[in-house]
Order: sequence, then C-alpha cells, then structure tokens
Amino acid sequence: MPDATALELTAQELLQVDSGSILDTSFHRGRAELVASPSAIRSVLRHLKDRGYSALASLHGVDYYPDEPRLGVIYEMLDMQRVDRISVKVRVATDAAEVPSVVELFPTAEFQEREVYDMFGVRFDGHPDLRRILMPEDYEGFPQRRDFPTGGEPILFTFNEQQTYGKWV
Amino acid sequence: MAPEKPDSGGGQAALTEDYRRREASVTISSEPAGEGETHELMTLNIGPHHPATHGVLRLLTTLEGEIVRDIVPIIGYVHTGIEKTAEDKSYWKVIPVVERMDYLAYYFNAMAFCGAVETLLGIEVPPRAQYLRVIHLELNRIMSHLVWLGTSALDLGAISMFWYCFREREKILDLFEMSSGQRMHTRYIQVGGVFEDIPPGFEEKVRAFCRDMPNRADQYADLLEKNEIVLERLRGTGVVDQETLLGLGVTGPLLRATGHSWDLRKAQPYSSYDHFEFRVPVGTIGDNYDRFRVRHAEFYESVKIIEQALDGLPEGPFITPDRKVALPPRHELATSMEALIHHFKLVTEGFRVPPGECYYPIEGPRGEYGCFVRADGSAKPARVHMRDPSFINLQALRPMVMDNYLADMIATLAMLDPILGGVDR
Repeated sequence: MPDATALELTAQELLQVDSGSILDTSFHRGRAELVASPSAIRSVLRHLKDRGYSALASLHGVDYYPDEPRLGVIYEMLDMQRVDRISVKVRVATDAAEVPSVVELFPTAEFQEREVYDMFGVRFDGHPDLRRILMPEDYEGFPQRRDFPTGGEPILFTFNEQQTYGKWV
Repeated sequence: MAPEKPDSGGGQAALTEDYRRREASVTISSEPAGEGETHELMTLNIGPHHPATHGVLRLLTTLEGEIVRDIVPIIGYVHTGIEKTAEDKSYWKVIPVVERMDYLAYYFNAMAFCGAVETLLGIEVPPRAQYLRVIHLELNRIMSHLVWLGTSALDLGAISMFWYCFREREKILDLFEMSSGQRMHTRYIQVGGVFEDIPPGFEEKVRAFCRDMPNRADQYADLLEKNEIVLERLRGTGVVDQETLLGLGVTGPLLRATGHSWDLRKAQPYSSYDHFEFRVPVGTIGDNYDRFRVRHAEFYESVKIIEQALDGLPEGPFITPDRKVALPPRHELATSMEALIHHFKLVTEGFRVPPGECYYPIEGPRGEYGCFVRADGSAKPARVHMRDPSFINLQALRPMVMDNYLADMIATLAMLDPILGGVDR
C-alpha cells in the first residue's frame, strides 16, 4: 500500500493532468483511496495503469444510503511488480447513475460491471453487453440497494401455492 | 468367426500413420462461417444441469461442425443473495453465510471476511490462531484440489480417479469434523482467532495424513501421467497467453500455469505465511496439462506447509483476549460479572465495528478471494462483497475454447475449475 504521503503525491500528479479529476483522498487502516469524478474515471485508471497499477483486482458497488450521492463504484487497483494496492472510488446519485465503462482498459471488468448494474442499477456507458447477470432478465429493482427490502417475495405454502406464478391453471 | 487381430509391428505403425495423416488434414481455421453446407452454424445449449458443467452453469455454444465458434456462459441459477443476507446479520453471524459462497473453499471465504473485519477493528490475531488457520486453510486447499481432480478425471472418462480422490477427501473432512464438529461449512475461523483449540490426538492424525498424502499424490500421477487418453486430451488444449489472462483478471493456478509466479501467500503474506518454506509451482505454456500439473504439485507444497505449521505451532491463546470481540471462556461466566455482561452483549447485539472500508485479499485454491467490507459503526456490516475467483476466471472460458473442438471445451471447463456457488453467490 502507498503511505499517506505517496497517496497525496499520486493525487497531485493526477490533478496536474486534469484538474477536477480527483475530488478527495482518504487513508484509513492502511487503505489508500482516491475519490475520482465519474467523468474522469477512465483517464484516472489509465494513468494509474501506466504508473504500474496494471491489474484491476476487483470492482464492486456500494450503497451509501442515506448519504448523497448514494451509490459508489470502487476499483481495487493492483501493482503486481511492487505488490501495491490503491483504491479508486466514484460516487453517483441514483437518478443519474452513469459511469463510463472501463472494459476496454480492463477486460476483467465486463462481468463485474454487469454485476454492479444488476445489483445497484449503475449504468456503465460503453459496456459491450450491459444486461443483468445474476438476477433473472425480467427482474425489477436493484436488490443490493439499502432501501430494497429483504424477503420481498412471498413464501410458498400449500394455501397460496395455486396463486403463484406458473400455477394459475 | 473370431475377428482377425491386426498384426503387430508394421501393420500397427501403418494404421497409426494413416490416422495421424487424416487427423492432420482437419483444419481448425477461423474462416468466415455461414456459407454453404459445410459452414452451417448450430447453436447448442449445454446445461444448466449437465454433469460436465460442475454445477448449475449454462453454456450457449455456437458450433460449426465440432468446432466452437462462440460461447456465452449464462449464470445466476444458484444466486441466493448471500451478500444481501450478510447486511442483515451481525458480524459474527455473517461468517456461516459467507462460507456458503464457494462451497469447496469455506475456510478461505471465512478467512477473507474475518481478515477484513479484523483490519477494520485493528485487532491482533494471536500467533497460535494464525498457525491453526494456516493448517486448516491448507487442508482445505488439498480438499478442494482433490474434488477438482476427481471430477475432472470423471469428465475425461476416468472413473476410478474419482473414488481415489474422494477417499482422501473423506480423511480431510474427518479432520475438520474432529477440530470443529462439522465436515463442511465449519465456522472454525472467527473474528480474532479460531473457534476452539485443536483437540488431543488431532495433531497425530494430521501428521499421519501428511505422511500419506504425498504417496497418494504420486499414485494419482502414476495413474494419469502415463495415460495416453488423458495426455492427448490435456496437452496443447485450451492454451491462452499470459497477457490475455492478466487482462481478464485471472489468478491462481490458471495464471501460474502460464509461468507467472503470482501467489498472494508469497507476494503479500498474511496469517504468518512468511514463516513457512514452500515453493510456488508454475507451468510453461498454460495449456490444460500445465493447469493439471500446477494443481497436482500444490498437493505436495500444502503438505509441507501443514507439517511446518505443526512443528512450529506456538503456545498461547487461540483467540484474541479482547473481550469486546471474542466470547469469554466458559468458566469465567460462573465467577465474573463482567464476563457475563460481555457474553450477553456479544450474543445479543454482537460487536460494533468503527466506520471504514476494507478489501482483504487471500490466495485460495482458485485464485484471489478478496472480501470487501464496509462498516458504518453499527453491529451489522453495511456491505459485504466477495471477489470470487470462479466468477472472474469464468470470463477466460471464451478465449480458452474459441475455435477448438467441443470435446476440448469439456476438458478445459474441468481444468478451469469453476465453483458455481462462488460464481453466483
């Protein structure tokens, strides 16, 4: 992990290329994190990739309900040569949940971006095949959002079995 | 009338030569398809319930004759919303649900989750607990590879391997039962340490297993290494170069088979892995045979680690003495009011974790298991996400099988070793 100073230097470097690309930095329990602006995420990741963070270890979505902007997408970058990790986060609101896709830079993001879309409803612009991946194609709603209830589907018992989908006849 | 036996010597050689000549005339070129009778494409649905897909995986394959021209994996059939369920439970109740993600690597799931929570809490894990974790993680790795080897050989038509591998797997499950009471989904790794110290007699049984296992692995190699069918089906099939695999985020034995020595146990040691001497087996060209050899070689290395961990097993507590996180010992409850309060608070509410985020990666039998945990200060995690290697590695299936025979796809899928519980979570 880069230490707090190295993190700030990286942030300054990115800000020199594009002022407004980095909104914030945080360093907590050894985890170095850059908060990037959603529109600049491709250039930030490309810059980090050129600096040696050539692998995208993981990509995941987070819902910060009730904070705004609610949704977050986190990119865990990995430098395999120096064994160094840095996280990049973008925050978007639920009514404008659009983030540029990074599949061209990191092909590994294809399934993971589909999963974030499926679970949180973040649309990735430029993704080659943005469909639901784990939930059924005709599913409504985004189940990993914090305001999505658990146990929303009726439990099947003998008395209501005949009323359920596919058993109408 | 008895059929005439083909004469040995020249006749046999001529037959082989003729076969090789006809085999060489078959081209697997990627010329544009769709014109004329010979270029007709057929879409074949494999799964979701198919014995060769190792779980509920559905593959939409587009075939030209016997050659795969396109493949689309369709997943989600065993999605059970474990990540959502985890947000509704206190931290220590999350461990059994995350263990059920990748059902062959339950110690690894629990280790990744507990490691993330420990980082957020900032607590030290006692050395004895770290060693006990290593022993069980490596036993789990051998167990997972045994299931992979048995079922993969089954896909290639070798049924006896399955029985041999499951015989050894039973021994490991018996060891798990001895140390934790469960054979699968043991909930042995806890936040701050492990559930219980190992019982008397456990060490001898593990040592006996470690003496036995290298011989067994030798026997597997003897059975498979000289088998013409296995060699023909594994060698040179499913080759993908290292660059493509790195781009697709593939880790674990699949990446090491191409000669890349990336192993988190060496690169970024956790849980005292830097105390042990072991080698990281790597392959050369990254075909199915290399994948088989890399995993097979890991049997020996895991046994070495277990033996070293037993030799150097430190004395001391097996779980952190921090009463805010770990349950007090049973005997203290009868004498100490404070212990009773701690016990009550932990069992009813659980412990609170200060706000923060953590990504904790470990090296599992299939690659990098990384658990992302976001804590919001309450007793329940606000987000748990598992970066499961099966899910990521499945993306590499397409480049591995494109423009190759359908029969090789079955062998490649077996060597890819996806666990659908981990893919769908």
